[in-house]
Amino acid sequence: MARITAGVGTSHVPLIARAIDTDKTQEPAWKPIIDGYEFSRKWIEREKPDVVILVYNDHGVAFDMSLIPTFVIGAGESFKPADEGYGPRQIPDVIGCPDLAWHIAQSVIEDDFDITIANELDVDHGLTAPLSMMFGKRGVNDSWPCMVIPVAVNVIVYPTPSGRRCYELGKAIGRAVAAFDQDLNVQVWGTGGMSHQLQGARAGLINQEWDQNFLARLADNPEEVADISRLEYVTEAGSEGIELIMWLIMRGALPQRVKELHRFYHVPASNTAVGHIVLDAKAD
Amino acid sequence: MDLERKYRNVPGTTVFDSTLARKGYHLNQVCASLLKDENRQRFRANERAYLDEWKLTEEQKQAVLDRDYNRMIALGGNVYYLAKIFSSDGLKFTHVCAQMCGMTEEDYIQMMNDGGRAPAKEKNTGD
Repeated sequence: MARITAGVGTSHVPLIARAIDTDKTQEPAWKPIIDGYEFSRKWIEREKPDVVILVYNDHGVAFDMSLIPTFVIGAGESFKPADEGYGPRQIPDVIGCPDLAWHIAQSVIEDDFDITIANELDVDHGLTAPLSMMFGKRGVNDSWPCMVIPVAVNVIVYPTPSGRRCYELGKAIGRAVAAFDQDLNVQVWGTGGMSHQLQGARAGLINQEWDQNFLARLADNPEEVADISRLEYVTEAGSEGIELIMWLIMRGALPQRVKELHRFYHVPASNTAVGHIVLDAKAD
Repeated sequence: MDLERKYRNVPGTTVFDSTLARKGYHLNQVCASLLKDENRQRFRANERAYLDEWKLTEEQKQAVLDRDYNRMIALGGNVYYLAKIFSSDGLKFTHVCAQMCGMTEEDYIQMMNDGGRAPAKEKNTGD
């Protein structure tokens, strides 16, 4: 049977991906961040997941305002890196896992989560930056070391789904994976955040104390974190900090008891606080 | 009875909600069109003519021509869509964030390197 073995939380700042693509990882602005992921790059080489369910948001690239789905699962065979206005990143295509993706879609919809199914989906930095941060630099002729199922969440048109709804969807995804009849090592990644605000007189907001508190509670007190309101995200973590609800899909997909293997926090990456956590689901 | 919109009281912050999404639909679609290089080139060649092809209000067109980002936000622009305009100008988020909060880009970057804008001391929960 398929099993979820670990969860990863990570920011998905586009300039980190660009630093990796352009060999600038040793520059002072980026080195501390790249170093903060060194544990994880070594860890994932040992873990060798077959599939990563990667929860991210599109930034007005694959979906414009003509269609605004709240939850989307990518069920295609592969996904192209999107052109975000500078030409697509020169990285490998992302290979999907359609059998598991369709299984999850059927299972969660029967479980009352009415997710939208996408067979065609270009993936932007929200999905591809974390791949580079976790697996290192890859060129167009390389490949990523695992299959990826994109799960996109609307976090840019308010109201976003609530943190609680994301957490419960994560649980439904966890049940779906556990019922899939193929021997697969599956990880779930939640991406985005941490605190940042990219508009208005309060642009540049960073709330280190609030972010640290979020990270500290995620492993052992997920129910508490799931109850953070939209208003609290906006007020405390900034208008764009609400991306953190996506980490709750990851946390919901893991068992109640997990072991925190790694935690990293850094300010800033450009306009954003970078947070990263690795949770082992094999604690029991 | 209208929806409760407490997030409107968060200082210095515009939450892109249903009212703004309705108001800014065409403005954001113009921005999204700039993801295509051929459109970026036509836009650069004659911004006014390009904007006239879309159902924008005169006020929205002027805000784009002026690159007045606070104004664009107030008129329904979403910052992730507005990003297509400033990236086509070769500018980064730091430039536009600095403009929106009334700082020079240099001072803004310094503030970020020093740990970012600290949250307000007194908690404003939007109530």
